[in-house]
Amino acid sequence: MSLAAQIGHIAQRSVVRTLRQPANTVFPIVFPMALLAVTSAGLSAATEIPGFPTDSFLAFFLAFPFIQGALFATMNAGTDLARDVQTGFLNRLALTPMRGAALIAGQLGGIALMGLVQAIFYLSIGLAFGVRLESGVPGAVVLLSLATLIAIAFGALGAFFALRTGSSESVQGLFPLLFVLLFLSSMNLPRELIETDWFRTVATLNPVSYLIEGVRSLIITGWDVQALALAFGIGSAIAVLAIAAAAWALGLRMTRT
Amino acid sequence: MREEHGIEAEGLVRTFKGDIRAVDGIDLTVAPGEIYGFLGPNGAGKSTTVHMLTTLLPPTSGTARVAGYDIVKEGPKVRSAIGAALQEAALDGLLTGREHIRLQTALHGLPRRERPARADELLSRVGLTQAADRKVNGYSGGMKRRLDLALALAHRPAILFLDEPTTGLDPQSRTALWQEVARLAKDDGVTVFLTTQYLEEADVLADRVGIIDHGRIVAEGTPAALKAEIGRPTVEAIPRDGADPAEVARILERFGEPTGASPKGIAVRLERGAQQLAEVVRALDSAGLEVEHLQLHAPSLDDVFLAKTGRSLEGAAEEAEEGQG
Amino acid sequence: MTGGHFWSVAWAVAWRVLHNVFTTPSLLLPGLVFPLFFFTAFAGGLSRVDNIPGFDFPPGYTAFQFVFVLLQSAAFGGVFTGFGVARDFEYGFARRLMLAAPRRSGIIAGYAIAALVRWAATAALLTVVAVLAGMNVGGGGVDVVALYGLALIVSLVGTLWATGVAMRLRTSQAGPVMQLPVFLALFFAPVYVPLDLLTGWLEAVASLNPVTHLLEAGRSLIAGSPADVGLAFLIAAGLAVALGVWALRGLRAAERAGA
Repeated sequence: MSLAAQIGHIAQRSVVRTLRQPANTVFPIVFPMALLAVTSAGLSAATEIPGFPTDSFLAFFLAFPFIQGALFATMNAGTDLARDVQTGFLNRLALTPMRGAALIAGQLGGIALMGLVQAIFYLSIGLAFGVRLESGVPGAVVLLSLATLIAIAFGALGAFFALRTGSSESVQGLFPLLFVLLFLSSMNLPRELIETDWFRTVATLNPVSYLIEGVRSLIITGWDVQALALAFGIGSAIAVLAIAAAAWALGLRMTRT
Repeated sequence: MREEHGIEAEGLVRTFKGDIRAVDGIDLTVAPGEIYGFLGPNGAGKSTTVHMLTTLLPPTSGTARVAGYDIVKEGPKVRSAIGAALQEAALDGLLTGREHIRLQTALHGLPRRERPARADELLSRVGLTQAADRKVNGYSGGMKRRLDLALALAHRPAILFLDEPTTGLDPQSRTALWQEVARLAKDDGVTVFLTTQYLEEADVLADRVGIIDHGRIVAEGTPAALKAEIGRPTVEAIPRDGADPAEVARILERFGEPTGASPKGIAVRLERGAQQLAEVVRALDSAGLEVEHLQLHAPSLDDVFLAKTGRSLEGAAEEAEEGQG
Repeated sequence: MTGGHFWSVAWAVAWRVLHNVFTTPSLLLPGLVFPLFFFTAFAGGLSRVDNIPGFDFPPGYTAFQFVFVLLQSAAFGGVFTGFGVARDFEYGFARRLMLAAPRRSGIIAGYAIAALVRWAATAALLTVVAVLAGMNVGGGGVDVVALYGLALIVSLVGTLWATGVAMRLRTSQAGPVMQLPVFLALFFAPVYVPLDLLTGWLEAVASLNPVTHLLEAGRSLIAGSPADVGLAFLIAAGLAVALGVWALRGLRAAERAGA
């Protein structure tokens, strides 16, 4: 059977599994939305800080759920894959003529699809509450593709950890780390408005800042080529590195001859 | 290729970190169409051997051919010839039985239009037609093992590996699985390599048994031949009230060495086999000793295990579990 | 059925929970580290917020956020303890406790003691970090003691709430049910800016939310100009009593279910 068909079957399984665990679909939707609601309302006064780039904190903060949703999807996908290692389901797959590439690509395909659906949902919520994209309809398309790329990048990271450790607990232990990356970024304020020096430095070194800023630029700025290039570049770099690492880990895990 | 679906292994060794020799030089041959029982306690090296023969684990040294293909150099060809149900039914609790079979047949490259019929056929063969569209999370242990077997058969393999297929099953499910495996070998000519820690399973199901302990095969042959090799049955007598047990024991010991018996009984291993039973009866009678119960025990595979390793299989299993705990 | 029994059960349960928590990093660390994340992200990342016209809090934004994170860590320390209670019921350990304990309400007291000790560790760490980060404290000794006392009651409130849920649902799947209401109660309050700078729906909700009073009283204490502190203690104590009844009824529900 062709590689594409194998990928299709693995992706289908990944999506079916996600949909059949309501907690795993509801949480990535509800939790970012709850944070979006309380933060955008709680910090709306921040738009009065001199130099704040927009007068809607909701529009400013709308970039956040795209990243947080991708993180949740990553954890779920990684946990699923680790469970496959633990139960021996991966051995079952290894005994079929399935190619290793199909497993990784299929798993990521499933994540990408779920990431896209989530992103459409977040965008719709933003639009429903009055956010207008400065980059217009083409910007929405670019935003959704960036969100999908981010889901793939983090998904591959989750897959790598799952295959390397083979333990769903270890994958969940990764969550606080990603959480730190998210919180120590420019998610709450633009970097140039962060007053504390060390925090601004950390946020500047933190790749997550650029992913957020890329998404954000499409919403509040319009077409900011530099922000988009950085976001797509960093997103792709994480994706490529993480996929290579995952493929290596899979090779160690599936030592079939 | 029907004539080439046996298994031949020579000097298989697998060591793990810390110089643990899980498998320590295994030679074995399984003839096409045969059911080979690999019997041993937990931790004896059974699963490691299966993982090597199914290409999931490269051997540290030694070679093996499965279905005529080298397990190291011709992995893909080996895999297309074999089916395997490995320990702890590796199933996805969120998928249904039918979805499992659909995925398995698809990945094995069955033509799309044949898949639904093949799924129905497999489900009915293992008695899961009713449960086919329920999620596996709701299956009993026996149902999971049966689905596991169906998945292993999805692509009509010539050789089937079953790693402890009935561990943890209730007696009814166990019998049903035995019948299905026996039928596969008899009617379809499938070669079966089965590991087990149950004596009865090896005895009932296997044409030939290899007994493994500490990574080595300590005895091999048909169950009957293995038992005949130990050969001698035991006789056990329970004296009637009033008969002096010491006196009964003194007479029995003329026929063989004392051996383990039930609490009130006295048993000896007969030196010259079952034909001595009549002599035992006459001797007791002439001494005027009455017995309540007299029984001849045929040797079991446990006796074989005991004779070869100095331990009984049950005792060895407990010891291994303590070691793991 | 003497008081002695009650306390021996309580100490035994508390010892076990604390022993578990302090020897298992995966249980200990989230409670210790998450408040620090929030503190650094809010106090460090958002310090420019005190430039907003109308923002008037003399000790500065670090102290402003310290009070929120202190109360939040107290409430969530209780929720984490609730997770442990749910696990105990799921794995049957609670049944052993129920069989062994002559006075079962001592079980709840034990969990509460454990939660308080656990939160004390978090609060100490958080305080050290805040002081190192240069937090200004306007209030005197009495004010500071009152602030920590208030947080202590909040920790008790969180524990009683989560324990009540855990004893009714008796599965670790109940985590979000314990977490989400606490999360919402904390964030439907003036978290980032004072109440008078809030607008829209959040202003309306926050004005009705009792947590708002706790936060504002806490901030007034650290600023050294106590305001409505009595009311805040009254609210916290009222919540503790009400949720104490909730937890005890949860215990009875678990007894009826034969857990």
